[in-house]
Amino acid sequence: MHAPSWLCIERRPLPSGRTILTVSVIAIVAAFVVAGIFFALFGVPPIEAYGTILRGALGSWHGFAETLRRAIPLLLIGVGLTVAFRALFWNIGADGQLLLGTAAATWVALFSGLHGPIVIPAMFVAGFIAGALWGLIPAVLKAKLGINDVITTLMMNYIAMYLIMWLIHGPWKGPTMRGFAYTDKFPPAAQIPTIAGTHVHWPTLVLGLVLAVAAYVLVNRTKMGFEIRVVGENPHAARFAGISQLKTTLVVMLISGGLAGLAGVGEVAGVHMRLLDPNQISMGYGYTAIIVAWLARKNPLAVIITALFFGILMAGGDVIKVSLQLPFQLIDVFNGLIMFFLIGSELLMHYKISLRRR
Amino acid sequence: MGWESWFISTFSRALAYGTPLLLGTLGEIYAERSGVLNLGIEGMMIMGAYSAFVTAYTTGNPWLGVLVAGAVGGAFSIIHAFATITLKANQVVSGLALTMLGIGLAGVLGRKWVGLPLFSSLHKVTIPGLSAIPIIGPGFFKGQTLLVYLTMLLVPIMWYILFHTRIGITIRAVGEDPATADSLGVNVTRVRYLCVIVGGVLAGVAGAYLSLSYRPAWTEGMTGGMGWIVIALTIFAFWNPLYGLLGSYLFAALYHLSYRLQTWVSPELLKAMPYAFAIIILVIVSRGTLHKRMGAPAALTLPYTRGEQ
Repeated sequence: MHAPSWLCIERRPLPSGRTILTVSVIAIVAAFVVAGIFFALFGVPPIEAYGTILRGALGSWHGFAETLRRAIPLLLIGVGLTVAFRALFWNIGADGQLLLGTAAATWVALFSGLHGPIVIPAMFVAGFIAGALWGLIPAVLKAKLGINDVITTLMMNYIAMYLIMWLIHGPWKGPTMRGFAYTDKFPPAAQIPTIAGTHVHWPTLVLGLVLAVAAYVLVNRTKMGFEIRVVGENPHAARFAGISQLKTTLVVMLISGGLAGLAGVGEVAGVHMRLLDPNQISMGYGYTAIIVAWLARKNPLAVIITALFFGILMAGGDVIKVSLQLPFQLIDVFNGLIMFFLIGSELLMHYKISLRRR
Repeated sequence: MGWESWFISTFSRALAYGTPLLLGTLGEIYAERSGVLNLGIEGMMIMGAYSAFVTAYTTGNPWLGVLVAGAVGGAFSIIHAFATITLKANQVVSGLALTMLGIGLAGVLGRKWVGLPLFSSLHKVTIPGLSAIPIIGPGFFKGQTLLVYLTMLLVPIMWYILFHTRIGITIRAVGEDPATADSLGVNVTRVRYLCVIVGGVLAGVAGAYLSLSYRPAWTEGMTGGMGWIVIALTIFAFWNPLYGLLGSYLFAALYHLSYRLQTWVSPELLKAMPYAFAIIILVIVSRGTLHKRMGAPAALTLPYTRGEQ
């Protein structure tokens, strides 16, 4: 880089936890300041907008429940993505893997003939498998043929979306749902219990928390996790050490796709209780979870916090949409800005920038 | 339907749908040749579509819309250039952020423009003489807008610059081995910035084509994933503008032909076809090490810092 002569940029050794936290907070605040300009453009004072977001997302039990509900899929997907990103696999396809999970859960709920308490566990297993299989396709294509993972995972999002649309308009369209493209409602045995009066399907939340811890242990305390990190940080060394890139790629996508599938099960069986339009189910959880995982610096445990943070933003976004009549796409703008400031700030973390004395 | 009209409609639809893909691909080829992967095509394209529509609607001049779209796309790409070249941020994440930002911004700003009829779209032209050729004439030289032919003209020019001029050698050197290029006195940062901006301008113009010619209107999310197909086509094209032309039109023709299956296949599954095609195409062109030999820039996605390996 051709830096001006009065600037001095030195590479720092590994940044400390405190540096990471400080830089992340600064990045988010900066994103909020820039996003504030947009609020102002729409005639809403930024302070009022942020106040409304916070009050809406945290100010009442109902609001907090909405925050939690949004945080559940972000947590599950985010944890999976940290594992995939560790191995430098760019899984941008979590949305599609989530949708496959919803389809599998729907099949178990409506068409498998299963009854009783076995249904919900069966849905989770089926959802995991479906999401994992959908995720394994790009994994195999990358590991075997060297095909770019970003593109394949993205393309498979679109394919999954149209697959679900086909299911709800065609073979799975509910006979009792005249005119609407839904499946029938799930029977009670296939509805994940929620905290009364809310959409918080707590078993999925608990599952997410447990899996966050499990992923942390896997990445940091096992041989497999070590191999994943080596492949991600130094593919050259991995090849020398005889670590199979195929195996690690398959394992991380099995986990990442599977967890996204679980998130899908939670959404259809815990929130909507039926399969419906993909845009109503997912609302970009898979994309937002990328920022969730990145903000957590690929640490599965930190995802618990970052998922909650984006849960607040999503729930708050719903509130400003209704009460301040702002377009909901503002949240996309928000997400994009946070991501930019976050990656931009990484330079601050890895390099020490100071003024050079003349 | 007779086979003549079948051919004519396939050709002309391939040109129409292939043009924005080709514009985007040409730009991405330049950016990637210089070593910068830009996944923000979708975001720049939709910002281009939006700004072109608004400009053409308010001024009544569609060509001014094309210009503004190019400028907006270029300006947007500078964000990516700054993040990835100057701040050395991860190119994948930055590109995704750019797409999110573009889609969000176009959605927010474009809300009040949705569904307005555009009376000042680009004019369709008929090329005298050539359009009289049977079948090929009406298929290729009739009913398209001038932007289609300008895009075609751009292909040999961009190919020639990339492979037969000093500028092209410089761009490719920066994408292959920035350290050596730097030691020979090339300003790596400047070359990369310029190539990313070229990509942004062309993506913006591609968006303009969508909202002023392909479907003259502004609808939310009207790029519908085209930006991602561009990324796939860039690989399919082996980073060569000539193959970019081939890939874009071929893809568009396949896309059009898939709609002929409507009697047998449900519309939802047909809509999934182009994305499946894109994956299949990538599978076909991938032959392990073939990629390296066929033009994948060695320093793609790698930031460059003087003094580090």
